[in-house]
Amino acid sequence: MIGFLARRLLSALPVLLVVSLVSFVIIAIVPGDVTAEIAGADSTEAQRAEIRERLGLDKPMVEQALRWYGRLLQGDLGQSYLLNRPVTEAVLERLPVTLSLAGLALVMAVALGVLLGILAAIRHGTWLDQGSMSLALFGLSIPDFWFGLILIVVFSVQLGWLPTGGYVPASESIVGWARSMTLPALALAITQMGVVARMTRASMLEVMGEDYIRTARAKGMRRHVVIFKHALRNALIPIVTVVGVMTGVLLGGAVVIESVFSLPGVGRLIIGAIQRRDYPIIQGGLLITAATFVFVNILVDLAYGWLDPRVRNDG
Amino acid sequence: MTAEADADTASLRREIARARRRGWMRFLKRLFSHRSFQVGFALFSVIVLLALFADLVAPYDPNKNDYRNLLAPPSMLHLFGTDGFGRDIFSRVIHGTRISLGIGISVVVMTGLFGVVLGMLAGYVRWLDNALMRLMDGLMAFPGVLLAIALAAALGPSALNAVIALTITFTPRTARIVRSSVLVIRELPYVEAALAVGAGHARIIVRYILANALSPLIVQLTFVFAVSILAEAILSFLGVGPPPPAPSLGNIIAEGRSYLQDASWIAFFPGMAIAAAVLGLNLMGDGLRDVTDPRLASQRGAG
Repeated sequence: MIGFLARRLLSALPVLLVVSLVSFVIIAIVPGDVTAEIAGADSTEAQRAEIRERLGLDKPMVEQALRWYGRLLQGDLGQSYLLNRPVTEAVLERLPVTLSLAGLALVMAVALGVLLGILAAIRHGTWLDQGSMSLALFGLSIPDFWFGLILIVVFSVQLGWLPTGGYVPASESIVGWARSMTLPALALAITQMGVVARMTRASMLEVMGEDYIRTARAKGMRRHVVIFKHALRNALIPIVTVVGVMTGVLLGGAVVIESVFSLPGVGRLIIGAIQRRDYPIIQGGLLITAATFVFVNILVDLAYGWLDPRVRNDG
Repeated sequence: MTAEADADTASLRREIARARRRGWMRFLKRLFSHRSFQVGFALFSVIVLLALFADLVAPYDPNKNDYRNLLAPPSMLHLFGTDGFGRDIFSRVIHGTRISLGIGISVVVMTGLFGVVLGMLAGYVRWLDNALMRLMDGLMAFPGVLLAIALAAALGPSALNAVIALTITFTPRTARIVRSSVLVIRELPYVEAALAVGAGHARIIVRYILANALSPLIVQLTFVFAVSILAEAILSFLGVGPPPPAPSLGNIIAEGRSYLQDASWIAFFPGMAIAAAVLGLNLMGDGLRDVTDPRLASQRGAG
């Protein structure tokens, strides 16, 4: 297991290298003069030159990259142009909101998806099967941020049950936190719920055709015992493999959902930075979110290796 | 003797061409008798036709203000209602669908092109494989649409930049799929046979490998089309897609956001248009996958 962990960590290095390189290049591809954006349209050439020098933009690209990497290794992602504070600090401060939103959405997507998938599989070929799968397909096809707006119209504007947006930290009020997170997490979960439901159904149907299920039924075991004790346990293993990918989609999707529901997460920080052209924040937010995702994937692989020992040895 | 041999090869060629046509007909017949594909194809065709003939179908100019009809609810006059400038939502949605499909198909073409070239290179040229695939892994490490959002933001809001950003985001997975097909196919006996009779690399790549790697690629590109439409809406909604007043579906939803309380139809209908287009594509993709991959079809049943 230690060897597996070491191999997995090593294989993350080239990925992180590309991630950091792309994050660096993002600013380099900005067309026109970045300093004009920072100093404003009516700034003088002298002001711009001063900013250029302060940010090191007058140096050759390779030197800029080396300096950027030097600071990156110390955890320094530079200063925000407009917030007057270090990028790392601003992003890390908001990371918990994004992670808890994605985490909650993951739980919802898996719980609802597995439920729908089981329903469809045990009632294979009936209207329940078709209904569940239509729902899953619909979930896969609607834009999640738009679904969020619809949820706001129904549950906040019309029914008045939940707030239209805003964030209550869990440390302040657990109930308030849950109320502020329910709609955003549900909106974010809808697509992945569809994915999980379809996977669960396919994998349940496959497992239920196996010999040991037939044996269990043949020796007189009750149908629901066989389904839940034997079939479901094995059918869920493939779901674990996609948790990593799903987390990525959810982290990316959180960016939009946060701005729909005005949640103070990394996503909204990035969107705000895009509007104000605060490139170091975009760069840092991108880098830290991607690094988080790489880390989550390692955790998922470890969990999978623990569940299914065959994986450990394949590397 | 040579004339005879030429005649033989010619008739053999005709025979092969005929067999190939028959194979195609059989494939299309199976595809069009697949329920999901039928429904998806019908739905998507209607949407494509509406988008193609947007100028004829749309009852109003999508950007014409009408200050006597601000925020009018859906009626016979304005099927989907009007927005804060009195613009007809139905006309805007139809034109927006044209923008979405245009961006979507451009992303599909570009992703297909780059995916095939990179996937082929990685799968066929061994020493390139590792470097290329690590690059693709790195690009895929950016969660979801985040890379596309950042790229589009850096490049500046425009339809072209949205296409570039989405292509960079969706190419890695496509290249990977092509690569894994190539890795399997290149080991097959008929490729070895072709090499043995002296076929060049170019011929082997196009006639033997690409031709057989095509079906997983087409399935993947159908889903890329669907995801591009969703992602374009996100870019527009966040203000890094084609800039307003272009009636892109994401832009209409973003404008409708301020009127959720009194005019929720503004945001509602463009979302439904996106959902319909994506649903059609997903259904077609499911059908294509079932028909081209018999292993999956047997599991999924008729559904």
